[in-house]
Amino acid sequence: MTTVITGIGAATPNGLGTEAFWKATLTGANGVRELTGFDTSAYPSRLAGQIVDYDAKTHLPSRLLPQTDVSTRYALTAAAWALEDAGVDENTLPDYDMGTVTSNALGGFAFTHQEFNKLWSKGSEFVSVYESFAWFYAVNTGQISIRHKLRGPSAALVGEQAGGLDAVGHARRTVERGTRLVVSGGVDSAFDPWGWASQLAGGRVTTATDPEAAYLPFDERAAGYVPGEGGAILIAEDAASARERGAPRIYGEIAGYASTFDPKPGSGREPGLRRAAELALADAGLAPADIDVVFADAAGLPELDRIEADALRAVFGPRGVPVTAPKALTGRMYAGGGPADLASALLSIRDGVIPASGFTAQVPDAYGIDLVTGEPRTRPVSAALVLARGRWGFNSAVVVTRHTDH
Amino acid sequence: MAQLAIEDLRRILIACAGEDDSLDLTGDILDSSFEDLGYDSLALMESAARIKQEYGIDLSDDDIAEVETPRALLALVNADTATAAV
Repeated sequence: MTTVITGIGAATPNGLGTEAFWKATLTGANGVRELTGFDTSAYPSRLAGQIVDYDAKTHLPSRLLPQTDVSTRYALTAAAWALEDAGVDENTLPDYDMGTVTSNALGGFAFTHQEFNKLWSKGSEFVSVYESFAWFYAVNTGQISIRHKLRGPSAALVGEQAGGLDAVGHARRTVERGTRLVVSGGVDSAFDPWGWASQLAGGRVTTATDPEAAYLPFDERAAGYVPGEGGAILIAEDAASARERGAPRIYGEIAGYASTFDPKPGSGREPGLRRAAELALADAGLAPADIDVVFADAAGLPELDRIEADALRAVFGPRGVPVTAPKALTGRMYAGGGPADLASALLSIRDGVIPASGFTAQVPDAYGIDLVTGEPRTRPVSAALVLARGRWGFNSAVVVTRHTDH
Repeated sequence: MAQLAIEDLRRILIACAGEDDSLDLTGDILDSSFEDLGYDSLALMESAARIKQEYGIDLSDDDIAEVETPRALLALVNADTATAAV
């Protein structure tokens, strides 16, 4: 059985809508900017990949606004775009043949912060009843499922910044188990003061102040990452079912997926990223030489960048495959990062072009990787490997390939 | 004590749970069912909390669960305000 992607909806700091995101990714439009929304002057980090031109009222019915965190609004909007792109409405397939599997790492921080304010200042009876689910990691799956009447098998996965790829992997598994269509991907946002403080507490966020020199993965100047918000929703379908219903387009196949966990810190054993990449390739039935581009996790910290470069050299050989990190332009969108990279990978296959890695320019020779920098690289792409790592040991890898009828 | 009128209820429902873009809430909704108006049990719980904050009327979750129309909800609230006034 083959699982294909038939729809993409992206909502990122450098583009609302898939084509806007893709154009921004290819032209190097930067979504990293000074964080607005509250006074950040007392915080050590003030740059964020922030969505600035999103008006929820124009994208969602008013009924959904009192009950949704901003992250869920992005997820609902991206899901509606993805379904529209796939030519799917609630009558396309029986409701139990359509499921939802999304990932979320942060929950509804901004909504919860607002309700905590009410709790502490006015009392518990002022807390919104919708807080009961608006904070929750599974809420995006639930809201998408309810809105679009997708009653098939559904799930929510949490794997820190690797979870978005796990969701797509599980969507493929769900299709293989007999569900014809699964809405998948991931979205995150936590740019209220509490969410921001929580992200900074992780200790990996850059304190840089120049938006063009803040998140520089694989650069010798790398000194942390910029948090982003947003992500992408993808429509995964059984290829035969997609053909049967006349899906308007097929972006590619989810050919392979794997996830691994790092060994215990201090064990001296190799981190799990290489194994995730190799297992995903094996799952796809492909050799390293079959891969045309790797969308890297691109942590933006020297130690983690070196670990990823080591894994890439081990799998592909020195400078053995073009590597890119377009997330340098959006910041790290947590569960949204992997799915947004999958969107870029599928569009690279469509358009025969590999986007560049933001403002990264000086890659240490010791890394031994062929990083696409400066300008996009025009070349045919038939297969792409997308990597993502999450804090405390998560490693995930997805292989997408050009769809061929077989 | 102030009585809750349909206009107040309409305002509270919209503030607490939005409005269905396909429905006209400005019309006569007194005898429409909350289900038809698109307000589920959570929407009514949220509205009941707002009514308590604004009017001091404490409606139990059980009462809310049984109320099916705006007319019934107004009757429940205003019976309570009448009692409270005594």
